[in-house]
Amino acid sequence: MKKTLILTSALCSMGLTVQAQEVNLLSWGGAYGRSHAEAYAKPFTAETGIPVNIADADNPATPIKAMVEAGNVTADVASVEYADAVRLCDEGLLETLDAEALTAADDGTAAADDYIEGGVTDCFVATDVYSMVQVYDDSKFADAKPTGPADFFDLEKFPGKRTMRKGAKFNLEFALMADGVPASEVYDTLATPEGVDRAFDKLDSIKGDVVWWEAGAQPPQLLADGEVTMAYAFNGRIFDAAMKDNKPFKIVWDGQIYEMEGWVIPRGAPHMEEAIKFIAFSTAPKNQARAAEFISYGPPRKSAAAIVGNIEGSDQPMGPHLPTTEANMTNALGSDLDFWVDHDSELNERFNAWLAG
Amino acid sequence: MASPLDPHAAVVTEAGGLPPEAPARDAQAARAAGLTTADGKPLKRALARASRRSRRRAFLLVLPLLAFIVITFVIPIGQMLHRSVHNDGFSANMPQIGAWFAQTEPGTAPDEAAFAALAEDLRLAAEERTIGIVGTRINYEMSGTRSLFTSTGRKVRNGLEPPYREALLALDKGWGDPALWTAMRTSSTAYTDSFYLASLDRTRDDQGRITQVNENHRVYIMLFMRTLWLSALVTFTTFLLGFPVAHLLATLPLRRSNLLMILVLLPFWTSLLVRTTSWMVLLQQQGVVNDMLIWLGIISADGRLKMMYNQTGTIIAMTHILLPFMILPLYSVMRTINPAYVRAARSLGATSWTAFRRIYFPQTLPGLGAGALLVFILAVGYYITPALVGGASGQLISNMIAEHMTRTLNWSMAAALAAILLAGVLILYWVYDRLVGIDNLKLG
Repeated sequence: MKKTLILTSALCSMGLTVQAQEVNLLSWGGAYGRSHAEAYAKPFTAETGIPVNIADADNPATPIKAMVEAGNVTADVASVEYADAVRLCDEGLLETLDAEALTAADDGTAAADDYIEGGVTDCFVATDVYSMVQVYDDSKFADAKPTGPADFFDLEKFPGKRTMRKGAKFNLEFALMADGVPASEVYDTLATPEGVDRAFDKLDSIKGDVVWWEAGAQPPQLLADGEVTMAYAFNGRIFDAAMKDNKPFKIVWDGQIYEMEGWVIPRGAPHMEEAIKFIAFSTAPKNQARAAEFISYGPPRKSAAAIVGNIEGSDQPMGPHLPTTEANMTNALGSDLDFWVDHDSELNERFNAWLAG
Repeated sequence: MASPLDPHAAVVTEAGGLPPEAPARDAQAARAAGLTTADGKPLKRALARASRRSRRRAFLLVLPLLAFIVITFVIPIGQMLHRSVHNDGFSANMPQIGAWFAQTEPGTAPDEAAFAALAEDLRLAAEERTIGIVGTRINYEMSGTRSLFTSTGRKVRNGLEPPYREALLALDKGWGDPALWTAMRTSSTAYTDSFYLASLDRTRDDQGRITQVNENHRVYIMLFMRTLWLSALVTFTTFLLGFPVAHLLATLPLRRSNLLMILVLLPFWTSLLVRTTSWMVLLQQQGVVNDMLIWLGIISADGRLKMMYNQTGTIIAMTHILLPFMILPLYSVMRTINPAYVRAARSLGATSWTAFRRIYFPQTLPGLGAGALLVFILAVGYYITPALVGGASGQLISNMIAEHMTRTLNWSMAAALAAILLAGVLILYWVYDRLVGIDNLKLG
């Protein structure tokens, strides 16, 4: 009898460990991953007692596809780029999310209305807005400073090498803006064969002086080494390097291309309930604003953008460094994800052929 | 059965000569059966049983290894090969239009029945949220069509009114595009060669004929050639640099050769990433090598050499990283070469060059073959080093495979590219076997 008792209680506790409350979060590592840990995971555990286990991936969208296809889903929440969220959602690899479950703004506005356009979709809730920006090394240009995309392509006025992301996305839009296409017409132009040719022609004009980067950590490194004088790179990484290492990197917001990233739940996630709790908690205005203090990516909720405080560990406000700040939004381009989901493969093939040729 | 009266039967029996031989064999068998073991069992059967038992034991001992190889090697490669020809994203989710394609000839213009089938399939796929998979599959064949499927799917979720042709065309003119119908026909079977065609810069036109893709998009064949060429070049440079070093290692007194060996092994044990980034520090335009050359007055300050973010960088870094794989097999073979042979050749009047060419070098061939094969096969699959120091012109095909695996998530395409690479390596292996003989391979 005693034996049976021990056995059943052992079995029960085993059953309990399987059912244990936890959230397995798939994130990106680096400064961005740290913002997830500090602003979301720790306060969430402190408030609810539910532990959050964070794992890092180069791009969490890849393991999601592998997990769901193999039928062995271990992640409950993952941070992915908007384009990947759309794609994974359409392929049925994600759970659908109910906007009702999200935390409302302090003034009672429903979460869905508090977000900027596209911030909440069937399977996706945005956590931040990042952007590709033009950066220059202030010490390399004593007199005139670059002010817009056209200067990036002007090798005579602003000599030195440039670094750009290896891929068609961002570069084609940037090239068109440098060629005088206003932000609002960029995607219409790019949808025509002539527009694509025009973008590639513009890129051609600096092809010999471009170092192509693949990992977000490369552009600040290349700038710091003096290998390049200008970069087209993620604003958060540049900000991080400029802040922490006191580098003379200046951001030109004119011609920035912004994009969202956020949470998704892989289909068949083992802890659905906690995952939704975590998403509601982390996207609450207070916590979203807190995350922006760790890395200069803007909150996609209007009520959160208003309450972002100082840069973590300093007494300077973070506001002016966010891509979503009003002053930084002149001639800014919102990345058109439908366009890229459709033309990604075609334009990248052309880009790769152009690059290799 | 032939009767005794059948003349053919008699001929057969005589020609075969069967009956006379049969008794002899029986006698042999009887003699063998006569030999028995101590406990009275026939020797032959006892022997067979003993050897069967030891064979079984040996098999059980290697079973874990066999299972390991099958699970970690054979199955994944098999799955990869399967994925390169199999993609049921369209066929599994669009059954009715698939049936229409099966019934009609390639090039048939879609009729009302086809549009009706398409509308019904679209509605079902939209309901079951598989429309994205369908659109993605077609987008591989024909870029820019993915949103056509997803947006139409959203609109037809509640069904369409006939006539379906007009209804679909009213939603989007794109449904009348013959190229789209060719793409759908190509995808309507789960097994397809289109990923292999795409890997060779080929595609199918409206009539189903294989054609080259637009010049702006040709990239894979060029990358395959570049990968083979760069790998061969790296193999050759590792040979040029590694041969003298291996020779020194094999002939120096033990204490000094040990020191040299540490110099070879230390970088070998260092992480690949560390070595690649060290090369970045050395080779960049503001880097150590350029600074040194300027200090020495060899180049001027504004004439800094471009040694990185191009093929030169890839070749330099890969040669360094793969050098130990050439030196170690060469060394292990050279150590066993008897110096008396070369001395004998010299004493018989050979010059040192002739002695090297005709006596020493042929004996190093097994090591050289092993080293060359190792270096070449490793070089063909390299992608971290080219990604970091290769720039635009130093990219290899593996970088494209990685791109399809991690960024575009087109795993079928990645599998097809990888399979072609695998086939190329196997062909080279076969050629090597024919020319040098794989038995001559010596790794240590």
